[in-house]
Amino acid sequence: MTEVLFSRPKALLDVPTHYCPGCHHGIIHRLVAEVIDELGIQEKTIGVAPVGCAVLAYDYFNCDMLEAAHGRAPAVATGVKRVHPDAAVFTYQGDGDLAAIGCAEIVHAAARSEKIVTIFVNNAIYGMTGGQMAPTTLVGQVTSTSPYGRKEEVAGMPIRVSEMLATLDGPAFIARVAVNNPANMNKAKAAIKKAFELQLSGQGFCLVEILSTCPTNWGKTPVEAVKWLEEKMVPHYPLGVYKDVQEVGK
Amino acid sequence: MSEKVLMKGNEAIAEAAVAAGCRHYFGYPITPQTEIPEYMSKRMPQVGGVFLQAESEISAINMVYGAAGAGARVMTSSSSPGISLKQEGISYIAGAELPCLIVNIMRGGPGLGGIQPAQGDYFQATKGGGHGDYHNIVLAPNSVQEMVDFTMQGFDLADKYRNPVMLLGDGVLGQMMEPVEIKESSSTPIEKPWAAAGKRGRAKPNIINSLFLKANELENHNLHLQKKYALIQENEMRWEEICTEDAELIVVAYGITARIAQSAIDKAREEGKKVGLLRPISLWPFPQPPFARLAKTAKAFLTVELSAGQMIEDVRLAIRDTKPVHFYGRTGGMIMTPIEIYQEITKILTGKEGK
Repeated sequence: MTEVLFSRPKALLDVPTHYCPGCHHGIIHRLVAEVIDELGIQEKTIGVAPVGCAVLAYDYFNCDMLEAAHGRAPAVATGVKRVHPDAAVFTYQGDGDLAAIGCAEIVHAAARSEKIVTIFVNNAIYGMTGGQMAPTTLVGQVTSTSPYGRKEEVAGMPIRVSEMLATLDGPAFIARVAVNNPANMNKAKAAIKKAFELQLSGQGFCLVEILSTCPTNWGKTPVEAVKWLEEKMVPHYPLGVYKDVQEVGK
Repeated sequence: MSEKVLMKGNEAIAEAAVAAGCRHYFGYPITPQTEIPEYMSKRMPQVGGVFLQAESEISAINMVYGAAGAGARVMTSSSSPGISLKQEGISYIAGAELPCLIVNIMRGGPGLGGIQPAQGDYFQATKGGGHGDYHNIVLAPNSVQEMVDFTMQGFDLADKYRNPVMLLGDGVLGQMMEPVEIKESSSTPIEKPWAAAGKRGRAKPNIINSLFLKANELENHNLHLQKKYALIQENEMRWEEICTEDAELIVVAYGITARIAQSAIDKAREEGKKVGLLRPISLWPFPQPPFARLAKTAKAFLTVELSAGQMIEDVRLAIRDTKPVHFYGRTGGMIMTPIEIYQEITKILTGKEGK
């Protein structure tokens, strides 16, 4: 007798992805898809893909999707959600898309408390265009547009998006997680699930920031990249819950 | 509403949109079109619709992209500098073939320009405006009643061709009051089986997208768009002619300028001068047929615009430069009087008579 213990989530299409070896997008896609499956919302889920490495997310998720212009996913998702208030609407965005060109869109979607979920993948670099400096690039980090390392006096300090958005009254839930080990993957999935649940119960805007590796553009092996994430990124981007509407007043 | 009421152009557009079944409006304040979002903010809640004041014109047009992609009848409005900001989104909307109505109540430019009426956005409106090979369907009303009628027709054209439709007005039309009739819209909302509305039992996901990474696929998409544009050109060219049959001089003008030109032509006709008016209503597709016909009978054309001369290029192309095309324009929010146009008419006719 055999029993299936592990299989592809229904919300993920059975296709190979274009992601590099050791990149965390694949894990994060899977966690989002598992949550969609577990909540039984695949038929009413509408996703919005970004410009960046996840630009082809619409080829991977088995739900209706819209491809947005660079940074505009929260505005596109706003339009979708206002037409279908019963739908589960999510954006999937990287740090260049969300924290640079799309800063206005994410801040105001959060401020309006749009009832959407944003999956924010922070790997401290522009991946799709080949490793340029992002607003989240760490000081000293070498990229193709900060070849001498990011200098604070030139480019300022990296933006902590979760902390920044948590200062707004709008958001219902904001958490920063990582998928660097199984324990953190479970926490990440729990945060994603909570975000979708809060959206569905009409609580408001939810964002889950997920620290991710980019071995290719960091110039590291997948193992080295995980180590770099733990030693360099986590100290600047502490994991944790920054806003939780359910904790308020407890 | 079936009786005539006195309405401001901007408000008439908004009420016509509501009558046409538009229940989603996304916009941002900018003079001289702000009465549209103001009216919508009051009206949409009354009809169970959505009014949302976006954080920018960029966000507003992307909300339109989302709502149109999700299957709604949706619109936005702005004025020249704001329309420039929307161009990125309009290109994506054209690329993804989404239906929507975009209203541009033009003001003087370039840059921040001014807030007085102008027609300097003709190139931007008719030649695409954003990046890539695409066209908006562009309708140019010349009265508040036409603003109502074209708003309603605009939604239907957008749905029919899955294409953005731009209603191109100006600060005069937006701000002036005229009696209008807002009839019940005859349009029926069409099924949009392509919309990203959630699979809800459908076998395959619907994807709203303008990305084609493979060059041959992108070319095929472009060929498909061009085929659609050819069909629109075949079906949707619109124009009005007044006193053109025996005219030696054809005045070409659209929008509010056509109203001013009409007064000049009336005066010239009273004096026996053979002048007519050809008013393009669809600026894209540009109405070629009357130009080809009148180029055979008229001796010259006079294009009048509230710009330094933009539509004149399409006029010259339409008649293949077979007759002289004169130009008279004012810019920056200055508006010509009927007398100025009349003087141009006289000058051209006299010049000819002198030869």
